[in-house]
Amino acid sequence: MTPSRDLFPDRAAISARHPSIMAGSRREQVIGWAIMGLLVALTILAITRLEFSFARLGSGLVQLGTFLGLMIPPSPGTQLATFSKALAETVAIAFLGTLLAAIISFPIGFLAARNVMTNRIVQFMTRRFSDSIRGVDTLIWALIWINVVGLGPFAGVLAIMTSDIGSFSKLYSEAIESVDRKPSEGVISTGGSSLHAVRFGIIPAVLPVLISQTLYYFESNTRSATIIGIVGAGGIGLHLAEMIRTFEWDRVAFIILMVLATVALIDFVSSRLRLALVGQRVTSV
Amino acid sequence: MTQSTIRLPDHQIELLSAGYRQELAKRRQMTLIGAVILALAVLLSGFVAEVRPGVLFENIGKFTSYFGRIFYLDNGALVFSDIGEWFWGFWKWGKQLVDTLLIAYLGTLFGAIFAFLICFSAAINLTPKAGIRFAARRYLEFCRTVPEIVFALIFVVAFGLGPVPGVLAIMIHTIGALGKLFSEVVENIDMKPVEGIIASGGTRWQSIRYGVLPQVLPNFASYALLRFEINVRGASVMGFVGAGGIGQDLIEAIRKFYYSDVSAILLMIIATVMIIDIGTERLRHRLTTMEQGR
Repeated sequence: MTPSRDLFPDRAAISARHPSIMAGSRREQVIGWAIMGLLVALTILAITRLEFSFARLGSGLVQLGTFLGLMIPPSPGTQLATFSKALAETVAIAFLGTLLAAIISFPIGFLAARNVMTNRIVQFMTRRFSDSIRGVDTLIWALIWINVVGLGPFAGVLAIMTSDIGSFSKLYSEAIESVDRKPSEGVISTGGSSLHAVRFGIIPAVLPVLISQTLYYFESNTRSATIIGIVGAGGIGLHLAEMIRTFEWDRVAFIILMVLATVALIDFVSSRLRLALVGQRVTSV
Repeated sequence: MTQSTIRLPDHQIELLSAGYRQELAKRRQMTLIGAVILALAVLLSGFVAEVRPGVLFENIGKFTSYFGRIFYLDNGALVFSDIGEWFWGFWKWGKQLVDTLLIAYLGTLFGAIFAFLICFSAAINLTPKAGIRFAARRYLEFCRTVPEIVFALIFVVAFGLGPVPGVLAIMIHTIGALGKLFSEVVENIDMKPVEGIIASGGTRWQSIRYGVLPQVLPNFASYALLRFEINVRGASVMGFVGAGGIGQDLIEAIRKFYYSDVSAILLMIIATVMIIDIGTERLRHRLTTMEQGR
């Protein structure tokens, strides 16, 4: 960050007095301009290639304004019961998906942690395995699971589970790697096996961290679970997509509000739970 | 072990161990109650979500056989036997992937710009007025809670099919996600430079430009890069609802059972995501070391 010229009228004199500092800042300036140029060039390329035009944006915004007008007041029409049931399904999908993923990822996290898994090949393979799972979006997993268990919320549970296994394995293994080594070394030095070291040296320390991360994901999974219905994997997404396609804007607004309220509620509950479960134990460990 | 240490009187040991047992029993009871509640929640949600383990076990073969099938060409040969045939659409999909990356790029860039403009209003140390801060925070929350695919669905109706609604949807979501992170970074800065500029007669904008920006810029850039990485994944499924990118071809291949195409496109997506992951991680590492060297 170089100050602007007006603040330093004697800039030339300063440069003469401190050539090394000023030269450094000039190099930074050149790099800064180069990065800016690259960003602008990419933006122009993207705008032309993706066919952005002011006419299109303008007419779209006008349309969007009309939709917004039609969204007020939000109303469920006659389908309040249907929507509520679908929303419950969404929460159930998120809950089960997160829980199953947490259970499955728990051992995988240890396999991928450098300080537990001394076999480099196994550790490397586990890492790449979880990387590939994370590279595929939840919606794609939903499509694949639909082929296996058919349309419906069960496919959604499995989709959330699969994509979370990728994330959890990574998060868990990072948490395990950053754990203090002293307790497990102590267990080993008193004659415990490496399994004992994991059970009494590592798990008590990482469990609160893992639980807190899992609860955090429960909230974000509720959001993911609202959309997997778009491809037919259960939950509120199916109704949402249908209402958007049939231009029932007041119902769209109502569903979105329902989702917002549910996510806020789950956020509240999970942060309270996190405090209750983790707050206590972290201090006592 | 205990021979050499001083032994407490028996009644005191008795008392202490009774207390210990009581504490332990209390904790066991809490764990038990927690487990029962968890089990009830699992049963209830299993019922609501129509979980049928039977169906899963019956059809789990389909899952593995699906992964088997996507690695065979139409003529029954393994895909690896004829790479040219497997990746027959390499250039077509490559172009779609470039589009996907550009969608993610534009969405991240515009989202970051708007998040940048809003984040100072959402930070408590720069905006003491509760009204403005409340409005800014609720707006950001709305932007990040509604999933981007939902925005994409609505925008496809308004702006027509193609990448434009995809970019806008990613942009809105990015505003919400980055706005929150940016404002948290701003809240953690050292306020002394800002106070100094205000004290010497600087305006709000000048205090942000010379007091706040130098402290937060590396962090902002790092978060934006992380978001770009996430947005590449998001952009890869925008095509599912007609909002441009590789998703269009992927959903077509899955729905129409073009098995070898599915594996080819998925592999291309995974490879791209991994390259972007590694690239942004390097850049972010450079940024954080730069910050520390400051």
